[in-house]
Amino acid sequence: MAITLRDVSFSYDGNKKILDGFSIEFPEKGAVCLMGPSGCGKTTLLRLIAGLEHPQSGTVTGLEGLRAAYVFQENRLLPWMTAFDNVAIASGGFGRQPDAAVWLEKMGLGGNQLKRPKELSGGMKQRVAIARALAAKANFIILDEPFAGLDISLWQQISDMILTEYSDKLIILVTHIPEQAVALKADVIKLDGPPLRFA
Amino acid sequence: MRRFTITLKSNKLFKGLVAAVFWVGVWQLISMAVAQELLVPAPLAVLSALSGLIKTMEFWRITGISLARIMLGFLSGIAAGCIAAALTTRFKAADCIISPFLRIVRATPVASFTILALVWINNDWLPVFISFLMVVPIVWSNLESGIKQIDVQLLEMAKVYRLGFLKTLIFVRIPSVMPYFMAACATAMGFSWKSGIAAEVISRPGLSVGRQLYNAKIYLETPGVFAWTITVVLISLCLEKLLAAAAKKFGSRFNA
Repeated sequence: MAITLRDVSFSYDGNKKILDGFSIEFPEKGAVCLMGPSGCGKTTLLRLIAGLEHPQSGTVTGLEGLRAAYVFQENRLLPWMTAFDNVAIASGGFGRQPDAAVWLEKMGLGGNQLKRPKELSGGMKQRVAIARALAAKANFIILDEPFAGLDISLWQQISDMILTEYSDKLIILVTHIPEQAVALKADVIKLDGPPLRFA
Repeated sequence: MRRFTITLKSNKLFKGLVAAVFWVGVWQLISMAVAQELLVPAPLAVLSALSGLIKTMEFWRITGISLARIMLGFLSGIAAGCIAAALTTRFKAADCIISPFLRIVRATPVASFTILALVWINNDWLPVFISFLMVVPIVWSNLESGIKQIDVQLLEMAKVYRLGFLKTLIFVRIPSVMPYFMAACATAMGFSWKSGIAAEVISRPGLSVGRQLYNAKIYLETPGVFAWTITVVLISLCLEKLLAAAAKKFGSRFNA
């Protein structure tokens, strides 16, 4: 079943509506890129899909039994854990998770598995966060400005990995850079707001 | 690098030694000026009282029992403080009921509690109870602010990746709160030891440093009072150092 928002309204403080009767249906597989000005409500939409926020009215359906992987704008790594453990913890088995090593290797972080986030550069931390999302074996993936701080050749490589790993699953991307949508072969949906609407 | 740290260490030691010599000198001068051992005994008299004490088996037994008694209060206080913090941050009703009580406990002088508790509690257990009572509010208030400071973004990450209650507790919540917990232990340790000894002076359990302090005072053995006080201070310093070392060892793991 496709992830669908129907007549969803949402506000953080009860005053300013970020979503006001917004509806959208995502495809079951393939990549979708949400584009729009900063603050238009894209991240809120992602948070509703991830179950981090609940609509004040309207419904979000199609999420039953689905696990999400989420690359946040911030890396959100656990500072007291190594890069390896940060990836392994999201993929179920903590401690011994060969996948975690494989993904870190693919991200070019093979030699940094036992480093803590504070020992890594901003770009490296972001790559650990992406490795965590890829190792999670989720049913769909949410990417909120996932390539910030990464150079172009790197995000093109990573886009290919994401496409391979999530080939028959839904990929939701938020970015301001059209080339990133192209790299992920995503259908672009232009948005505006708030409240969030199709542009 | 190694040479540098050694110089730094010996430099610190040297400074400490200079300070100690200075203050013992001041003490000597005061005792000479007062010229009454009963009021201010000379450092040498205290040293001989102390060296006389530490040669006896009794001294070690008494100190050990006092330490065990107060540690029992300290550890149970930590446990209760943790439970209280978990409850007051989780349940509004618990916050309404427990928080004001702990704030009052924190503000009440040790002596008031000790005298009150003397009526209800056996002399041997009073110092345990008092040090327990001193520790709970410290641990509670530190942990409460620690729990409130847990990074919401990390909790959201845990939710999205479905870490579940136990993994989130072990890998996100507890490490987040750890620095606050270590700080609470360090502060509470000194408090519980000193208030525990104060409670012993008032309740005077059979074998206790407090009773020895009290007896030395009653029998006008001022060097003895000083010697026991020095013992209390030394143990306090040792406990502090021990805890600081533990905090350094475990605490650094959790620093962001």
